[in-house]
Amino acid sequence: MLTKRIIPCLDIKDGRTVKGVNFVQLRDAGDPVELAKIYSDEGADELVFLDITATVDKRKTLAELVTKVAKAINIPFTVGGGISTVEDVKVLLAAGADKISINSAAVKNPVVIDQMAREFGSQCIVVAIDTRNVDGIDFVHTHGGRKPTLLKTQAWAQEVANRGAGEILLTSMDHDGTKSGFANELTAEISSALSIPVIASGGAGSMPHFKDVFTFGKADAALAASIFHFKEIPVPNLKEYLNGEGISIRK
Amino acid sequence: MTDVASDIGHRASDFIKMKVAVIKYNAGNVQSVLYALERLGAEAELTDDPDEIRSADKIIFPGQGEASSAMTYLKARQLDQVIREIKQPFLGVCLGLQLLCEHSEENNTDCLGIFPVKVKKFIPENSQEFKVPHIGWNELENLADNVLFRDLPESKFLYYVHSYYAELSEVTIATTHYIHDFTAILHRDNYWAIQAHPEKSSTVGEKLLSNFLSI
Repeated sequence: MLTKRIIPCLDIKDGRTVKGVNFVQLRDAGDPVELAKIYSDEGADELVFLDITATVDKRKTLAELVTKVAKAINIPFTVGGGISTVEDVKVLLAAGADKISINSAAVKNPVVIDQMAREFGSQCIVVAIDTRNVDGIDFVHTHGGRKPTLLKTQAWAQEVANRGAGEILLTSMDHDGTKSGFANELTAEISSALSIPVIASGGAGSMPHFKDVFTFGKADAALAASIFHFKEIPVPNLKEYLNGEGISIRK
Repeated sequence: MTDVASDIGHRASDFIKMKVAVIKYNAGNVQSVLYALERLGAEAELTDDPDEIRSADKIIFPGQGEASSAMTYLKARQLDQVIREIKQPFLGVCLGLQLLCEHSEENNTDCLGIFPVKVKKFIPENSQEFKVPHIGWNELENLADNVLFRDLPESKFLYYVHSYYAELSEVTIATTHYIHDFTAILHRDNYWAIQAHPEKSSTVGEKLLSNFLSI
């Protein structure tokens, strides 16, 4: 039986992890390779690296980091942040990334999804959608959720799937950082309407939140950052809990 | 990196003198196969040179991509003949498995015919429950007695990414269930093939690869 995936997300700046991490085993809390290795050994199903480096010339550091990670870990990982062209994707896949994730660039120029899917295959193109509810309607936001667009989230999700996205990473800006649970209703609506997997993100605060997003939310995978980094919910404990709750999970 | 090999019951030095050829063709995701072999301590070379392939100790045929363009590419370089004539242990992975079969529904492609098996597209009965491609970790079941499965860990989940699958057959040595049972692993003579990505499948995948290198 296909299992639900648990995905820790690491924020990267200039080749180092940022935002706090609080792992006692870590010699160097900023080393993404060391952190990635711990997560992979603990049973994380995949990893996402989100590069928040601002300057273009520092992007080379990202490709070098991707190679180090690919050499060190034996589970799949996705790289996102600032990717806008087919050439960007080529560089990161050649460096060893399994998938890439695009966000603002896809909104700005949707045809880039078709181009990337044709060139590299849908399986390695994840489209990240940041969504926020405005007066009862879910709208796509870009630039880390700061910039609203006129795109309705459900319609945009359908469009990116039609254009060849292999997966959708759906982040609810309303839930992100609240630790009050994932956006289950919206996730379920999108996951039911599409034939590609949906990764839910934003709002994880307790183990039952993961159970809820896999059951009510119909998510195929769930992503979180700080609750894993600060060991509030260790990955092995979460998997044991979900397994006990009857969720199909990789042991 | 030597700790990876020892974790799964092999010393990195076991594979040091071994020459592993990884067949180079127009398929993606070859790099991670090379890194996985490197972690196991093997010396792997990515090559499309028939002589290099013929003289290797072990051959790995990786892949992610589309069947008909891959076959066209292989034929243009006579690699189809090279693959059919190999006598050493040979391992197909993902698209590599599908290309070793008889025929694929993907663009109605005649494949290499090493395994008398047909490759079909997943048709979900219920798209809410079963999405295509089949992406994620799924379990190996119905394992035959085979050298590839020696001392596998109890947890047998592998990472899959595919829209097409090989039908069950006499040369199927393990199955996985998605929508229905399909062929997870094939074996015939000196040819083995795995639908999942062992190079991305944690310690189980590494054990399958090291067992293959030990044949």
